[in-house]
Amino acid sequence: MIATPATADESLQIGDVTLTSRLLVGTGKYPTYETMQAALDASGCQVVTVAVRRERLVDDEGRSLLDFIDTDRYTILPNTAGCFNAEDAVRVAHLGRDLLAQLGNPGASWVKLEVLGDRATLLPDPVGTLEACRQLVDDGFTVLCYASDDPIMAARIRDAGAACVMPAGSPIGSGRGIANPSAIHLCLALLKDPAHGGDTSFPVIVDAGVGTPSDVTIAMELGADGVLLNTGIAHADDPVQMATAMRLACQAGYLGCASGRIPRTLHANASSPWEGIVVPIPGE
Amino acid sequence: MLTVNGAPLEVNGNMTLPDLLDTLNLTNHPCAVEVNASLVPHDQRKEFVVRDGDSVEVVTLVGGG
Repeated sequence: MIATPATADESLQIGDVTLTSRLLVGTGKYPTYETMQAALDASGCQVVTVAVRRERLVDDEGRSLLDFIDTDRYTILPNTAGCFNAEDAVRVAHLGRDLLAQLGNPGASWVKLEVLGDRATLLPDPVGTLEACRQLVDDGFTVLCYASDDPIMAARIRDAGAACVMPAGSPIGSGRGIANPSAIHLCLALLKDPAHGGDTSFPVIVDAGVGTPSDVTIAMELGADGVLLNTGIAHADDPVQMATAMRLACQAGYLGCASGRIPRTLHANASSPWEGIVVPIPGE
Repeated sequence: MLTVNGAPLEVNGNMTLPDLLDTLNLTNHPCAVEVNASLVPHDQRKEFVVRDGDSVEVVTLVGGG
């Protein structure tokens, strides 16, 4: 049994940062910067992910991403997306850190580590991920580590010093939700359940593949500490409204988990009393 | 000749990184810089001189998940 949060308003601690929102949102693929800005606001998130790329100066209209992100409001989490080996991921992480240090943003010491295995699935390379994680921890980073939903790998990443393990619900951008709830459940058990050597305070965030609000809720009901998503909001027909739905879904799942669900039973359990019924019950 | 973000850039002799960023109209843009695949921390740019044949990467933050 996975320990559930003690109170409904318990904050989430990742490294030195305390979060009250458990939804982390990406900044990619929005139709416009204005839409992204409104969606981030509607999501209630406090952490936004960004990518590190070659400078192209500005967009076609002379604007850049940072013109639309309040760096005093959001902790910016730079990723290593697009890296296919540990060396490249470490290199990109250091570039991100130097950038965010100039902005004075608390995300400067953070990295969302991604070491990808192949371009078609964007699934993580477990060996490269572990190697990069160790190096980045040595280099002083707070590593939030994208991983597959393999429970043993999740534990290995924690043991390597990651501040947070982020198993994928399903492949990045696939919208398939939590493809294997049992695997996520086992990840949570190994990482958070003291009976399995886990620590209830160790943060586990479901990252990737989330398509709908119900996907977010399922992840939270399973006992995840948070959900990180991008495409599910950015590519919705109405990203701002979807961001609101995702925020509410995250809260619903969190509260549901914290409240302690009823056990599943094979047979029914009547909600209305049998005592005092005025009609005959068949067979009795 | 330098290579900046994969493209050749003709410059007049050696120059400091702040001068190069000024040439690229990036003086006021948050960016990180590598020279020959080694990060030049932002607080060490002032004195750093790029030389003929150097490969420079200038990166920034873009939307991502």
